[in-house]
Amino acid sequence: MSIPVTSYLLVALILFCIGLYGALTKRNAVIVLLSIELMLNAVNINLVAFAKYGMFPNISGQIFSLFTITVAAAEAAVGLAILISLYRNRNTVQVDEMDLMKR
Amino acid sequence: MSGEFIAFFVLALLTIGGAVFMISFTRVVHMVVALAFTFLGIAGLYVLLEAEFVGVTQVLVYSGAISILMLFGIMLTRHDATEVTERKGPFKYIAFAGIAVFFIVAFLGIQSAHWGDQQADFTKQNNVKEIGIQLFTHYVIPFEAVSVLLLVALVGAIILAKKEAEDE
Repeated sequence: MSIPVTSYLLVALILFCIGLYGALTKRNAVIVLLSIELMLNAVNINLVAFAKYGMFPNISGQIFSLFTITVAAAEAAVGLAILISLYRNRNTVQVDEMDLMKR
Repeated sequence: MSGEFIAFFVLALLTIGGAVFMISFTRVVHMVVALAFTFLGIAGLYVLLEAEFVGVTQVLVYSGAISILMLFGIMLTRHDATEVTERKGPFKYIAFAGIAVFFIVAFLGIQSAHWGDQQADFTKQNNVKEIGIQLFTHYVIPFEAVSVLLLVALVGAIILAKKEAEDE
C-alpha cells in the first residue's frame, strides 16, 4: 500500500492557504507575486497527484500541469515588468502605496 | 512502503517549511531563497508521483528561472527592502480568519471524499515519450496556443519594462 492521495491533497491545501495569506497580507509586490506562484504550484501538485491516484488515472494530468507551469511563467514575467515600470514612475513597490486610482 | 513514506515526509516537510519561512522572514531576499527550497521540494514530490518530466520542468522553470527573476526584481527595485510592517488595521486578522475557515472546509471535504484505490502504473512506460505523444497528438492546438502566449508575454514584458527608460 502506497501513500494515499489524501496526503498529497493535504500538502497542496496547506501550500495554497499559505500562498493566499501571503498574497493578501504582504506589502511588497514581489512577495505578492511569489505567493501567487505558490498557489499555482499547489494546484499543480493536485493535478499530478490525480494523474496517478485519481478516479481515471491518466497522463493528462501531467500535461495539464505543464501548461499551468507555462502560463505561470508568462504571468510572472509580465507581472515583474509591470512592477519595474511602476517603480520607475512611482518609486515604490509597496502594494498599499499603489492607490493612484483611489485618490 | 517505508522508504516511500520517509521520502514523502521529508519532501512535504521541506515544502511546507519553506513556505512557512517565506511568511515569517522579514528580509525580502531571504523570502525568495526560502521559496526556492519549497519549489525544490515540490519537484521531489513530482518525482515521487512518477512524473519525472514535470519534476525536471519544475526545477528548471521555478527553482531556476522564477526565483532568479524575482531576485532580479528585488535588486532592480529596492535591494535593502525589509518587510517592516504588514498591512495596518484588522485586515490581517480578517484574512487569517477567512483562510482558516476555508482550510477547515476544504480539509473536511478532502477527508470525506472517496476516490477509490485505483492507481496508474507509469513505471512500465517512458514518461517523456508518453507526454510527447500525447502533447503532439491530442493536445497539439493548446500546445501551439501556449507558444503564441509565451511569445506575447516575452514581447509585452520587454515593451513594458523598456518604455519608461526612453523618456528619461
